Amino acid sequence: MLSKKVKSRIFFLILLLISFAFVIFFVLKSLEKNVVYFLSPTDIYNTTNISFEKKIRVGGLVKMNSISKNGTSVNFIITDLKKEIVVSYNGIVPNLFSEGKGVVAEGKLKDKKYFIADKILAKHDENYMPPEVNKALEKSNN
Amino acid sequence: MFKNFFPNKIILLKNSVINSLIILLAVVIIVGLAYSLFISPPDYIQGDSVRIMYVHVPSSFIALACFGFIGTASICNLIFKIKFMPLLARSLAPIGCVFSLVSIVTGSFWGKPTWGTWWAWDARLTSMIILLLFYIAYILIWKFIDNFEKANKVSSIIGIIGLFNLPIIKYSVDWWNTLHQPSSITLTSAPSIHYTMLIPLIIMLFGMIIYSLIIFLMRYKTEVMKLKLNKKKNYK
Repeated sequence: MLSKKVKSRIFFLILLLISFAFVIFFVLKSLEKNVVYFLSPTDIYNTTNISFEKKIRVGGLVKMNSISKNGTSVNFIITDLKKEIVVSYNGIVPNLFSEGKGVVAEGKLKDKKYFIADKILAKHDENYMPPEVNKALEKSNN
Repeated sequence: MFKNFFPNKIILLKNSVINSLIILLAVVIIVGLAYSLFISPPDYIQGDSVRIMYVHVPSSFIALACFGFIGTASICNLIFKIKFMPLLARSLAPIGCVFSLVSIVTGSFWGKPTWGTWWAWDARLTSMIILLLFYIAYILIWKFIDNFEKANKVSSIIGIIGLFNLPIIKYSVDWWNTLHQPSSITLTSAPSIHYTMLIPLIIMLFGMIIYSLIIFLMRYKTEVMKLKLNKKKNYK
């Protein structure tokens, strides 16, 4: 039904698409370190030759009851529920920064357990609900 | 259904169809805006800035969908050499371009109060910028290459390459750590967005799809008329 010309075009296009897909896959794979926006405490724990000079980002949840404020300096713990890292920061935190919520800290590692941040970003999760629903949820959880 | 988009059909498209679509658009957008700006509740963490989502999410959806159509049309165009495929794609490109810009700008406005930054080079945001660049490239090729056949070929290739970007945008939030949150609405699980916020979102999405459809029909009809007038000679 399809003419010979059309068939050869389909063949070439499919070949082209597959090779493109491979190229893109490998490019992204090799760039994975740069594509990832932040590392989790477990990633940092598992990396052997991590740089203490270069700026990196650490992300996870702010551990419950871990925020301690002293003037403008804030100390808290980022956890991914497996490993933890202590973060020290001096400056204004975003409004949505709070315990139990996602956070991304930008700065340098002092050692594998201690991070000095110069920028804090709050990470929002995919849950959207009105305040009353949240209250009701909390009530039923307790 | 698809036959209605054939050039000979589209040229008979009456203005009354467009006009009734515009009336429908006005009704849906007024209801959608009233619902999303006044009736729907604020979010439990974000407060009122959640209302930006009612524009942001539909714009992103349309930006991706338009490029999906452009890419598909480009494939059909290269394989089967259907004459009206480039016209379809050309009419869609500015719509998708504008909506991807709207998506990026509204996202930035949302990011400042929520994340604490206007912009972050994470995978979702970066791949969205790349989509915008693909749109711009696609439009510029048609603008600057005078020869119709040549522009048709080059733009189709851009359309096909850009197609690879779409799954990257969609799944970037699942494949890598990103600052952008994962999707709230997925095919496999219940939406993690409360129904009082989901309803205005769907109304707004519907309204913006109607808007895009109107612009598309008007542009596409014009493109077909231009083609018929110029008979492909030096068609621009």
